[in-house]
Amino acid sequence: MSIQDFIKNEVTSNDVVLFMKGTPQFPQCGFSGQVVQILDYVGAPYKGINVLDSAELRQGIKDFASWPTIPQLYVKGEFVGGADIVREMFQSGELQTFLSEKGVSVGARA
Amino acid sequence: MAMEAVEIERLIKEALPDASVEIRDLAGDNNHYAATVISNSFKGKSRVQQHQMVYAALKGQMGGVLHALALQTGTPEG
Repeated sequence: MSIQDFIKNEVTSNDVVLFMKGTPQFPQCGFSGQVVQILDYVGAPYKGINVLDSAELRQGIKDFASWPTIPQLYVKGEFVGGADIVREMFQSGELQTFLSEKGVSVGARA
Repeated sequence: MAMEAVEIERLIKEALPDASVEIRDLAGDNNHYAATVISNSFKGKSRVQQHQMVYAALKGQMGGVLHALALQTGTPEG
């Protein structure tokens, strides 16, 4: 399976996928950590994929979305953005609306 | 591995001549910047597309030589 097929499969078989540096438990980059915090805060279940596990994945994901940086957030197979865009959407409340519209369960935060 | 703010601004303006570009150095290490880019050519484009236009302007430096560029983009009307 080529790396592009692997990525395609991950983003289509998981509602929310975050390609990041490190893991949700141990983000290894400030920007990846920011998106993890945002997703945890809005209570959206997601799959974290550590691009540091393979150089091929690390480059492949950049080619996949023609986006030069990590993290990258995908919802229902659609590239949403990197840390800046996710943060901007979160701060404006757009992220919560977007997730609900896509049918992603958004947990109510206490 | 670093890039001067003026170089970033020059590259963006080369690709987006009408753009107003404001760059803030976040860490003083020529590697972590925040930039606000306002241009008419973003009209009708999604955020992702707007950011991709700026990354394209940086000719592959983004993510390589330049580690972090926190982007905010928009059209003159906001």
